[in-house]
Amino acid sequence: MEAFVTHRGLAAPLDRANVDTDQIIPKQFLKAIGRTGFGDNLFDAWRYLDEGAIGKTPNERELNPNFVLNAPRYQGASVLLARDNFGCGSSREHAVWALMEHGFRCVVAPSFADIFLTNSFNNGLLPITLPGDMVDDLFARVAAGELWLTVDLRAQSIQADSGETWAFSIDGQLRQRLLRGLDDIGLTLAHADAIRAFERRRRAEAPWVFAT
Amino acid sequence: MSGSTLYDKIWDAHVVAERDDGMTLLYIDRHLLHEVTSPQAFDGLRAAARPPWRLGANLATPDHNVPTSPAERAAGVAGIADATSRLQVQTLDANCEDFGIEEFAINDPRQGIVHVVGPEQGATLPGMTIVCGDSHTSTHGAFAALAQGIGTSEVEHVLATQCLALRKSRNMRIFLDGALPAGVFSKDLALAVIGAVGTAGGTGHVIEFAGEAIRALSMEGRMTVCNLAVEAGARAGLVAVDDVTLNYVSGRPLAPSGAAWDAAQASWRGLRSDADAVFDKEARLDADSIAPQVTWGTSPEMVADIGATVPNPDDADGAVRANAVAAALQYMDLKAGQRLAGTPIDKVFIGSCTNARIEDLRVAAAIARGGRARAKTLVVPGSGLVKRQAEAEGLHEIFLAAGFEWREPGCSMCLGMNDDRLQAGERCASTSNRNFEGRQGHGGRTHLVSPATAAASALAGCLADPREQL
Ligand code: SF4
Repeated sequence: MEAFVTHRGLAAPLDRANVDTDQIIPKQFLKAIGRTGFGDNLFDAWRYLDEGAIGKTPNERELNPNFVLNAPRYQGASVLLARDNFGCGSSREHAVWALMEHGFRCVVAPSFADIFLTNSFNNGLLPITLPGDMVDDLFARVAAGELWLTVDLRAQSIQADSGETWAFSIDGQLRQRLLRGLDDIGLTLAHADAIRAFERRRRAEAPWVFAT
Repeated sequence: MSGSTLYDKIWDAHVVAERDDGMTLLYIDRHLLHEVTSPQAFDGLRAAARPPWRLGANLATPDHNVPTSPAERAAGVAGIADATSRLQVQTLDANCEDFGIEEFAINDPRQGIVHVVGPEQGATLPGMTIVCGDSHTSTHGAFAALAQGIGTSEVEHVLATQCLALRKSRNMRIFLDGALPAGVFSKDLALAVIGAVGTAGGTGHVIEFAGEAIRALSMEGRMTVCNLAVEAGARAGLVAVDDVTLNYVSGRPLAPSGAAWDAAQASWRGLRSDADAVFDKEARLDADSIAPQVTWGTSPEMVADIGATVPNPDDADGAVRANAVAAALQYMDLKAGQRLAGTPIDKVFIGSCTNARIEDLRVAAAIARGGRARAKTLVVPGSGLVKRQAEAEGLHEIFLAAGFEWREPGCSMCLGMNDDRLQAGERCASTSNRNFEGRQGHGGRTHLVSPATAAASALAGCLADPREQL
C-alpha cells in the first residue's frame, strides 16, 4: 500500500450528497481484471456527454463543460471536497482505484460510507471526516478562489496556503498503518498461530462450518 | 451488566486476536466469490506467493456478467459475445481451477446470483461470519449470520488469512410491528424502512430487524429485507433464528444432517438478542400502515407510496437536500406534484438478489396470469435451481403467455453489465435494489418496486398499484 504522510494539493469541490460508487466508476468499466485503467472513467457519466466504453480514450470523448471537475481551474486537483455519505452503494474498490489514478490522494467530507472508508485506507487514499460547518467553510473558500491545501497526517491537520488550519482525527493505529504504508495481510499473518488455535476451537464447537 | 445483542454474540464467537494496530481479527467462516471483484485479489495472492488459507471456506459463481438470453447461454463461456465480459468469467474459472476453489460455473444448474446460491446450497448457515466482494452480502443476515460486503483488498485478505481486520460496528434495531396488508410485501417494508431512516441511517451500525412483521416473513422475505439493509447505510442486517430459519436450512446440500443437525440446531437456537440487550439506536415502524412503495428519485431513500405524488424540492429540508431532490427529478424526468401511479414505463425487470427467488416469481406470476405485457418485461431467476423450480410449477408458461421474457439466471438488468440494460431516457419498474443514475444503463431511469408492483406495472404499461389486480 502507498504510504501517506503529507500531501499538498489543489482542492476541487463536488457539491452533492450521497455520491455513490456507481457514479464514481460506472459498472461498464468494472470488467477489467487489473487494478489500473480506471482513472479515465472516474465520474464517467458526469464528466463526458457521450457514453463510454472500455478502450475508448478520453480524446475520443466529448467532455461535459458543465461538470465541475472539468473546469480549467480544477485541473490537477488532488484533494476532493465532498458531501455526506460519500462512496455509498456498491463495495467496488475500483472506485478508490479510479480516484487515485485520476490523481486524488485525499477526500474531505462530513461522512463516508463504511465500505468505501475501508477500501480507501487499504489503498492509501486518505478519507478525512470533518464536521459539516468546516466542510461548508472549505466549500465557500474553494468557490472564492484557488485553494491549495496541505494535509499532514502526522499532525492531523489541513492547512490552507493562507495559514488557516483545520484539525481532523484518524484513529491512531490506522494512522500508523497509513503513515508506514504497511501490508495489511502481513500484519494479520503475524497472528497465524492464533488463527490456527481459533480454528481448532471453532471446529470442535461448530464442525458443520468445516464440512466443505 | 446488560445482555448481548445477536450481533455481539456472533462477533464474540469469531474474535481471533486483537492486532497491534487496534483492529480486531474476526474469523470468516464462509467466503463467496464472483467474477468482478476477485481477479485483482487472486493476482495479489500470486504476486505474494500466498496460498488460500482454507480452501473449503470458499465458493464461487459467475453472476454479474453472464448473459441471460438462452441463445447466448447455450454455448457456455465461449458463447459470451462481449469479449471483456467473457474474459472476466474465464478469469474466474481459471483462478478457481488454479487455486482449487469450488465454482458453480456458468451453465452448472447451481449457478446463479451469489446471494441466492449461498442460502440455497446451505453454504449460508446461522451463526456464521460470511463475506463476499459485493455490498449485498448483507442478504445472508436473514439467517442470523454476520454477513457483509468487502472490497477487493479484503477479498485477498480473507483468501490469505481467513480473517478480516475489523472494528466493531454499533448496534441498531428496527422493530416492525403489526402485519403487512394484502398486496404489500417485504420489498415494500424494506423500502419504507429506508425512506424512514435514510440511506445513511444505519451507517456505522449493524441493523437487527425484529418484531411481529419480520417473524411473519418467510426466509425469502427476510432476505429481501436484509439485502436492502446496506441501502440504509448498514454494513450488515440480521434476523434472529426461529423455526422459519431452521425449516429453510434443513436438508440443504451443505447443511448438517443427522446427529450434526441436532447439535447445530441446539446451538443456533441461541442466536437471538438477550431480552435486556441494549442497542445504540432503535427505530420502530408500523407494518399495518405500509402501502406498496415506489422510488421516484435516484437514491433508495427517495421513495413514496404508489398512490402518492412526486415531492416538491421546495418542501425539502435544507438546501443540500432541495438540490438533491431537484437533480433527481430532472434526471428522472418527473414533475413535482405528478402522480406516481400512471407514469408510463418502457421496461420492467423482475430479478436481482433482492427479488429473484421462487416466492418472488410466484407472486409475479399470480399477477401476470391471464394478462398481457404492455412494456418489455424481463424475468430473470436468481439461480438455475430457482429456474428449475419455477418451470416445475409452470410459472414460466404464465410469464411467456403474458408476453414476459423468461431468461437464464444472473444479475442481468440489476446493473446492466451484460446486454440487459436500459437505453438513455428509458423508464423501468425494477425489483432490484439501486436506482442510482445510470445503474441500469447510461441515462436509464429506475423505479424500485416489489415483484407484485413490477408485474402489475408490466400489464398496465405504467407504474401501477398491485392491490388493484389481486
Ligand atoms: S443482483 Fe444486483 S445487487 Fe445483487 S449481486 Fe447482482 S449486481 Fe449486485
